[in-house]
Amino acid sequence: MTSPKRIGKIEFGLLSPKDIRKMSVRKIIWADTYDDDGFPYPQGLMDLNLGVIDPGLRCKTCDNRAGDCPGHFGHIELAKPVVHVGYTRLIRKLLRVTCKICSRLLLSPEEIKKILGPVDEFSDELITEKDIKKERICPHCGEQQLKINFEKPTTFSEVWTEEGRKTEHKLTPADIRARLEKIPDEDLRLLGINPVVARPEWTILTVLPVPPVTMRPSIILENGQRSEDDLTHKLVDIIRINQRFKENQDAGAPQLIIEDLWELLQYHVTTYLDNEVAGCPPARHRSGRPLKTLSQRLKGKEGRFRGSLSGKRVNFSARTVISPDPNLSIGEVGIPLAIANEMTLPIRVTQFNIEELRRYVLNGPERPTIRSPCGANYAIRPDNRRMRLSDANLETVAEMLEPGWTVERQLKEADIVLFNRQPSLHRMSIMAHRVVVMDGKTFRLNPAVCPPYNADFDGDEMNLHIPQTEEARAEAEILVSVQANILSPRTGGPIIGGIHDHISGIFLLTHTIRHFHKEDTLYLTQHLPIEHLPEPDRIDDDGNPLWTNKQVFSLVLPDDLNMLFQASSCQNCETCKREMCENDAFVRIVAGNLITGTIDKKGIGAFDGQILHRIIRQHGMKRAARFIDDVTKLSIRGIMLEGFSFGIDDEDLTKTEYGQIDEVLNGALGDVERRIKIYNEGQLEPMPGRTLEETLEMQIMQVLGKARDRTGEIAGRHLGLSNSAVVMAVSGARGSMLNLTQMAGCLGQQSVRGERIVRGYDERTLPHFKKGDRGADAHGFIKNSYKSGLTPTEFFFHAIGGREGLVDTAVRTSQSGYLQRRMINALQDLKVAYDGSVRTTGGRIIQFTYGEDGTDPARSAFGDPVDVKGIVENVLKEEV
Amino acid sequence: MSTTFNVLQHIMVPDHEIMSEEEVSDLLSTYQITHEQLPKIYHDDPAVKTIEAAIGDVVRIVRVSQTAGRAESYRLVVKRPKK
Repeated sequence: MTSPKRIGKIEFGLLSPKDIRKMSVRKIIWADTYDDDGFPYPQGLMDLNLGVIDPGLRCKTCDNRAGDCPGHFGHIELAKPVVHVGYTRLIRKLLRVTCKICSRLLLSPEEIKKILGPVDEFSDELITEKDIKKERICPHCGEQQLKINFEKPTTFSEVWTEEGRKTEHKLTPADIRARLEKIPDEDLRLLGINPVVARPEWTILTVLPVPPVTMRPSIILENGQRSEDDLTHKLVDIIRINQRFKENQDAGAPQLIIEDLWELLQYHVTTYLDNEVAGCPPARHRSGRPLKTLSQRLKGKEGRFRGSLSGKRVNFSARTVISPDPNLSIGEVGIPLAIANEMTLPIRVTQFNIEELRRYVLNGPERPTIRSPCGANYAIRPDNRRMRLSDANLETVAEMLEPGWTVERQLKEADIVLFNRQPSLHRMSIMAHRVVVMDGKTFRLNPAVCPPYNADFDGDEMNLHIPQTEEARAEAEILVSVQANILSPRTGGPIIGGIHDHISGIFLLTHTIRHFHKEDTLYLTQHLPIEHLPEPDRIDDDGNPLWTNKQVFSLVLPDDLNMLFQASSCQNCETCKREMCENDAFVRIVAGNLITGTIDKKGIGAFDGQILHRIIRQHGMKRAARFIDDVTKLSIRGIMLEGFSFGIDDEDLTKTEYGQIDEVLNGALGDVERRIKIYNEGQLEPMPGRTLEETLEMQIMQVLGKARDRTGEIAGRHLGLSNSAVVMAVSGARGSMLNLTQMAGCLGQQSVRGERIVRGYDERTLPHFKKGDRGADAHGFIKNSYKSGLTPTEFFFHAIGGREGLVDTAVRTSQSGYLQRRMINALQDLKVAYDGSVRTTGGRIIQFTYGEDGTDPARSAFGDPVDVKGIVENVLKEEV
Repeated sequence: MSTTFNVLQHIMVPDHEIMSEEEVSDLLSTYQITHEQLPKIYHDDPAVKTIEAAIGDVVRIVRVSQTAGRAESYRLVVKRPKK
């Protein structure tokens, strides 16, 4: 490989008319492209000197065929100069800072010295537009300056007041060019312009480069018709007008017509360069679609920079829908046979693996079932010739195979691949998995790795990439593998762990003490990698051994684990009853045995799995990955033991509760009425810093909020742990008691921007209410629940409140997406050097020690290098 | 209007001090960098004005850090570009 070259400097300049003519291979004068025989017109837009795109023809400039010819520029001589839209701001600035007569900078040498300061080593200052007062008198020739007006997109004019009237005189591009030509080089340098590479008059075009045909190829439609590129269309327009302009000029047409044509030419050149300029109607295709001209090719997400250079599509990648498979390990990914057959990785033939590779070659490109050994799709000879394997040549190629060849073998079990889901917001969005070839057409993954990818299975698709070199595979395994990414560098805690049913399942399994017969115990543990059941807890009356649910769970724990923590179902009582907790929320693990407590979100959840975190610290990532595999399998058995479902009748309450709910709501409504009455009578005391209305609103919101919570409590009292929704809410698997309140009790106040709904008609929200009604139901309080059903007005208010939520999410995602983009652009090249400092690629220091403390959050215990509390707890087996 | 109080005495302003030449050369050699690779601070920064550091000086900034307790950083005083 050649050594990389360092870029010394980059110079940006303008193309001078001389440069344009010099690089041009042909002057273009005809607007036509192809003649009737389909042959390019000489001196037309598809002239053979500009390069070839049709197969069989040869380029007249470089004599290459289509594909080899890079294309060559031509040029158009414009009848009159026109302004280049991209430089209008520069032109405006230059017109404003220079004299209209002598074109010198409007500052005397003394003034220049004053602005730039003494000419010493620090002086790299430039003169700006602000340094020059408007409409002053030229210090060089004494001419009174006029105000320069700029009108988008390309019109410049001089404005002055004559006898109290404003007069305007339009400057033609030719006038402007004449002025710019006269600006002396020294004055330009003071403005920060290097006159050698960018004379300002070159921003006014007198000659237009015609890009090579290779960058604006015409395509032949199915009906044999040619369809030209947008750029060609635009160039046709320019040449037509230019031609007409010249004819009129030669014929001595009246000034008015000349001006019109000049403006038309300006319009076409403007839209050719940029078709999205403000104040200029975009040029359109016959179908009405705006043309994609030069600037549009480069700009934006799908433009050349962001779309074609920073983001390119790659080989050795696959994409399909994902679906869950809890039987896979978290570090595995299921791949459809069709994809495994298509994707390859190159293996170099050596004397040690030649027999194995020969077998792959003999197996050929068709692998019939997921059990059959993998084959190979290509063999590459030592001279880099690639041979596609087919049934016809398998044996010959296998015969020829010898060290020096490379075989592209198909994907097989345990190959390492990179798995990715967009948007790739953090490093866990791409992780390395091991391949499992499967039937079906989807990628399969363990649902426990959904959180880092933020994936679900409602139709999500994911991408898969195959590292092609030994180095890349090693890196993928060591740095990118799933087990290396269980801890998130954001919080330092685990991000992979049980979700949804895993949590409900482990909660149901471990809650309180239950006993299982051998049959059930084996059913629960059948997928665990254990050899023996522990000693049974006790023997029942018939002499059968019984195991407790906590014993079953303890099977997946390492033997030396000692932990104490409060489960997610902890009610935060004032004095903790610890082991005697009536919710069984005090988790105590001694020597790998769960003594008391229920395992739930806090124990094994994806974002705050404490047990998981402790296992990582004590036993490392490998054991932690096994723990996740075991615990998810166990919890799924746990949930399947009894089944878990939710239906509409799970929201049913008894008459007593409905009566109580009504009572609470009516009480609250009465309270609201009473407060409104006090307000109307002028008796309301305003709260400090609030108006009367605000005080009333706050009181009403408070009363109604409390009422809703009361209904929730009433419903919650009736719905116990026999209710699936309660189990999910208490264990932290999904949903909250608030969701349950809204389903069974009362939906509560709907709000827009944190306030009751006030918008709608004059002094009322809906025509169903009286004007000025401040009552609860007139401003979006919903007495009903999802179960009981909403009244029409309630339904409407609910839709209003719901819409706000949707808009919020839409705005949030777009804003945070842009923030992320800017952040990545700013940080992408920073790295932590070996001395712990954060540096740019140029070696400039950003932080002297990474994060000021040089700590990797994923390898620290809440910021400390050693988890002292955890270690002491582990030894003492007691809380500290 | 000129302010008479010292910004360095404000609770949220970290300590700034000018480093001696030996200290600077030590710093540059430990990190194996040149002056230009140091982080910058403008000459008209209120703290820089208070300690009367000149352009080209290196300022040591010692701040109380949430993560490390005490964190040192070093900045090169440069002229503020126009605008």
